Amino acid sequence: MKRFFAQCYIWLLLVVLYAPIVFIAIFSFTESKVLGNWTGFSTKLYTNLFTGDMQGSGALVSAIENTILIALVAATVATILGTVAAIGIHNMRGKGKQAINFLNNIPILNPDIITGVSLFLLFVFLHISQGYATVILAHITLCTPYVVLNVLPKLTQMNPNIYEAALDLGATPYQALRKVLMPLLKPGMISGFILAFTMSLDDFAITFFTRGTVGLDTLSTYIYTDARKGGLTPELRPLITLMFVGVLVLLIVINIRAMRNAKNNAR
Amino acid sequence: MRMENKDYIIELNNISKSFGDKVILNDVSIKVKKGEFVTILGPSGCGKTTLLRLLAGFGEADSGEIRINGNDYTHVPPHLRPVNTVFQRYALFPHLDVYENIAFGLKLQKVPGNEIDKIVRKVLKMVSMNDYEDRDVESLSGGQQQRVAIARAIANQPKVLLLDEPLAALDLKMRKDMQIELKEMHKKLGITFIYVTHDQEEALTLSDTIIVMNEGKIQQIGTPTDIYNEPQNSFVADFIGESNILNGTMVKDKLVEFVGHEFECIDEGFGENAPVDVVVRPEDIYIVRNLESAQFTAKVKSCTFKGVHYEMFVDTDKGYELMIQDYNAFAPEQEVGLIIRPADIQVMHKERTCNTFEGEMVDETHVKFMDETFECLPQADAKAGEKVTVQVDFSKVDLIDHIEDGTLEGDVHFIIYKGDHYHLTILTDEGYHIWVDTTDIWDKGDLVGINIAPADIKIVKNNE
Repeated sequence: MKRFFAQCYIWLLLVVLYAPIVFIAIFSFTESKVLGNWTGFSTKLYTNLFTGDMQGSGALVSAIENTILIALVAATVATILGTVAAIGIHNMRGKGKQAINFLNNIPILNPDIITGVSLFLLFVFLHISQGYATVILAHITLCTPYVVLNVLPKLTQMNPNIYEAALDLGATPYQALRKVLMPLLKPGMISGFILAFTMSLDDFAITFFTRGTVGLDTLSTYIYTDARKGGLTPELRPLITLMFVGVLVLLIVINIRAMRNAKNNAR
Repeated sequence: MRMENKDYIIELNNISKSFGDKVILNDVSIKVKKGEFVTILGPSGCGKTTLLRLLAGFGEADSGEIRINGNDYTHVPPHLRPVNTVFQRYALFPHLDVYENIAFGLKLQKVPGNEIDKIVRKVLKMVSMNDYEDRDVESLSGGQQQRVAIARAIANQPKVLLLDEPLAALDLKMRKDMQIELKEMHKKLGITFIYVTHDQEEALTLSDTIIVMNEGKIQQIGTPTDIYNEPQNSFVADFIGESNILNGTMVKDKLVEFVGHEFECIDEGFGENAPVDVVVRPEDIYIVRNLESAQFTAKVKSCTFKGVHYEMFVDTDKGYELMIQDYNAFAPEQEVGLIIRPADIQVMHKERTCNTFEGEMVDETHVKFMDETFECLPQADAKAGEKVTVQVDFSKVDLIDHIEDGTLEGDVHFIIYKGDHYHLTILTDEGYHIWVDTTDIWDKGDLVGINIAPADIKIVKNNE
């Protein structure tokens, strides 16, 4: 009996969690302009999305491009900065280390809206004209702490003598970093990169405040503007569905790989 | 001027190193001959690993000079030093296989590929790991990983191989096997080995020369036989092998008094009635049934079989406890005779005969030393602020359980049993050493309160 309720509870939870997405996915296969109105099965919205045969398709495509470009650049830079920072923090001792760790956690806990507004004020104060560059800078600020958090545990798990062993065998500090530290930190850097990428991808608040007035749109700001103009463009439904499926596939792949690795290590 | 350098592959001159307030190495000087197997031996925290790390180039000494092969390497970074290290926990590169681990240094030196193949195969054979080239290092056992670590270090053909407790993580049987292999490897390679360990048996087995360290200082340098048979102080005697360490008095040349009896010995030049430490190894005390022919008598307290010999504790006629090892067993409660031959008595200068501190008078009845004010007997014409020397007998220092009730707090740092009492080294929280004689049993690391009665504080004016 207890088991039954436990089962019910978990299913209820899953339904509540996923109902909106399922809802959108279902209605991506119908042509109706208004969400919730089923006008028969059709893949026209998908075709429209890819052929660009729709209202304001140019703006949507450029928003998608912007989003991906900004996320890629921000995540890449954040991964480099975050990894270097993690190595630095790892080699610190005592109070300084605690302080830096604490400072690293603040941007993560800080509400995005506050980060966004304060960055906006900073850019205005410094007379930096807002646009691509400011959004990317802001996203790097947002993402770097997450990379640090992903790389630090890898350093802690590492045998403390490994870097020294490389130096001892004749590697310069740079060679030791490239040939020994980097390969060992790679899993942490990759997961840091993925996290940074997704953080940048779905950020709204920070982008909104730092994009300026040049008409730069990412997907999130585009949808926001679009929704305010009166109803979502129907083609967003297949787009959202595709993105969800993409993430789902990615997650499944990562999980299968992790399981395989765990099995290999156990051997 | 430095002609003598040619003989020495390594010279450490007056090396000192501190981390914060803590002095790790205090003016350490070592010379190592080419091809020697040198072991740095000492308890944990004695500075031996720090010394090895300075040699490898991980960290710099605060002062002093490091010369390798006659050249100054004091400020040279690790990758440019002609030494290689075998780390305690192997430190193999987990993302590389056995072959790539060993070839790591060679590839950096741009050694041609077929040459690398040859060297890797040669060193793997040397550590009996042929055919393991393609194995993942994490799939190897601890012993195998250590072999690969050694192979990796010698593949670079260093002038000096540094080994930081390389066998500490292995089980006993494996350790014994590896000891023999290391010794053979040293002979075959002909390079200098500097080996750090806390295991005195390992040091005695492997080394040409042993350097005994404690508290950042060198206690003794010598061959294993020298160190074992002629320890220079009670620390070395206690640390190397089993020993009976006793307070004694050098009555005159070749005559020493301890455990309440006088013994002939072979030591001279201590002066008359000089207080000394006496060391007698447990296997050097002859135990006999015949009481008449013995130098002194004792009653057996316990007798334990140890495989080859029996280990017995006896109470002597004058109330001292001695440890004896003999092939014959003697039953507890049995009266036995004991004989010690002159050559088996090792007489050592005492490092100190009482606690001596630099102090300062606070007023007529108070004196400040070890950063703390103590009450003392009234001192005539003592001026406040006057510098004095304070002496306290070992036996006059009170140790108490309740640290709050002590004038000072500290912890038991080191214990030597002296037959009828314990000689403790206490390290106070402020970093001072106090030596205490007591019959109470304390354990290493115990926290203690320290009191000294006013009458037991002897004050000597510095200008007198």
